[in-house]
Amino acid sequence: MIEIGGFTALYIFMLSAFTGYEVISRVPVILHTPMMSGSNFIHGIVLVGAIVVMGGAESPLEQVIGFIAVALAAGNAVGGYVATVRMLEMFNTKDKKG
Amino acid sequence: MDIFIQIIYFSAAVLFIMGLKKMSSPVTATGGIVWAGIGMVAASLVAFFEPGVFDHMGNLVLIIIAISVGSAIAYITAKRVQMTDMPQMIAIYNGMGGGAAAAIAAVELVKMSTGHGADGAHEMTGTAQVLAVVGALIGAVSFSGSAIAFAKLQGIMKKTIRLPMHMVINLSLFVLTLIAGVIIGFSDDVSFQLVLLFFVMALAFGVLFTTPIGGADMPVVISLFNAFTGLAVAFEGFVLENAAMIIAGTVVGSAGTLLTQLMAKAMNRPIGNILFASFGSDGGAAAEEEIEGSMKEIQGTDAAIMMAYAEKVIIVPGYGMAVAQAQHKVAELTQLLEKRGVTVKFAIHPVAGRMPGHMNVLLAEAGIDYDKILDLDEINPEFPTADVALVIGANDVVNPVARTNPDSPIYGMPILDADKAKNCIVIKRGKGSGFSGIENHLFYADNSRMLYGDGAKAVGELVSGIKELE
Repeated sequence: MIEIGGFTALYIFMLSAFTGYEVISRVPVILHTPMMSGSNFIHGIVLVGAIVVMGGAESPLEQVIGFIAVALAAGNAVGGYVATVRMLEMFNTKDKKG
Repeated sequence: MDIFIQIIYFSAAVLFIMGLKKMSSPVTATGGIVWAGIGMVAASLVAFFEPGVFDHMGNLVLIIIAISVGSAIAYITAKRVQMTDMPQMIAIYNGMGGGAAAAIAAVELVKMSTGHGADGAHEMTGTAQVLAVVGALIGAVSFSGSAIAFAKLQGIMKKTIRLPMHMVINLSLFVLTLIAGVIIGFSDDVSFQLVLLFFVMALAFGVLFTTPIGGADMPVVISLFNAFTGLAVAFEGFVLENAAMIIAGTVVGSAGTLLTQLMAKAMNRPIGNILFASFGSDGGAAAEEEIEGSMKEIQGTDAAIMMAYAEKVIIVPGYGMAVAQAQHKVAELTQLLEKRGVTVKFAIHPVAGRMPGHMNVLLAEAGIDYDKILDLDEINPEFPTADVALVIGANDVVNPVARTNPDSPIYGMPILDADKAKNCIVIKRGKGSGFSGIENHLFYADNSRMLYGDGAKAVGELVSGIKELE
């Protein structure tokens, strides 16, 4: 486990916030919905946290909540991925038709 | 082992950012989501090797069952859903993420309240305890709010429910939730009952926050909840000392915030206005104005002739096209017209449909080249040269009142200048006004003709009308 101190976390927050802002500011309007879906997929990383927390669950109550956390997080990740891929695939029809 | 886990998390964070970057261009977008997907799979796999996860076989089995259940449901629903229903599916998947973040916080707080925390792997520091509570609050609001957004867009919940003194109740509930949160966040001895009460209140606040907001504003709200979930994930990432969660969550938090701003800007409404005032209540009486002229009906065959002999047709699709699933008929119409040498272009308003880009997605689904699909700034100068502007189920985004009447609630909103085309054909289901309830002066203009009917049926009439000419 790498220790992340308060200020290190703050620096990570700050730099990530600018990164997110920069990445999305150049997106053409036609990609806004797929992009929203894509970023929705990316916060599916919460699955990692859910797995860790569930792994450390001790009482039945913790297990129940942990189970919910993992199931919801997996839904976020998988649903977000499939939805994004389906939307983006449509933008390829042009190439297929030649 | 630890260093290996950290390397994978680091790589996942890099893949997420590069994936998002690739997604910002139509050419590389498909590759982008695959990169992000690889990052996600790798990060999820190494999460099993975090200290403690392999210690309890029971938990491990439960994790695998939970992943299977959650993934299976999400996979099936995401595969089956119609493209037109995609916005509400994004809402529900987003809500799941928010719920997961809140549940993570709940487990940590329950551990504290039952005294299990001290011997566990993650003894929370004071800052972590506060951030866990903040993340829990944001995540819970995102969860229940997204569920309401889903219900509204799916048509399960049709009414905009406003309790008497809604704002007062909302504000009080929010303050009470905050107080509970502050007590939990700063106390050494957390009471289990208070944690439970805190979550119930946070979830209720999410519901009450979302119910008064009209269906048409939902895209902005979904985008906001998307940003919320990102932040909640980032905060829980801090609690679990997981840098990948902090980075991914914060990137989504800021990207989602920007996207929310862009959408609200396109609707020319401050975000506060969307969230805290319903559309009808702020200008209803003031905007009434005598309308000159009358609505003139046109038959499908006549409209077809008009379009068949035009040189240039601009199609303005709106929410009505999405509801009627008319995009394939529209594509057929486009092909027929182009075969006759008519130039066909599409004008997309930033807030047409239910999300920015929603129309583009539907048109792309129907196989229309995205070179023909132009946004507001590009297409507006072209309307005066168009022989026919065909408006399909769009209303407020073509209402000239936004340019002319300063008293109107939509005054100043950028609109598509369909009224400047030589002729304007409006396909519309009935004579009612748009979601804002504002009369549309375009429908009464001398050069406008109304073609009443469901979007798909009306475009079908145009298609068969043009076919008869051949």
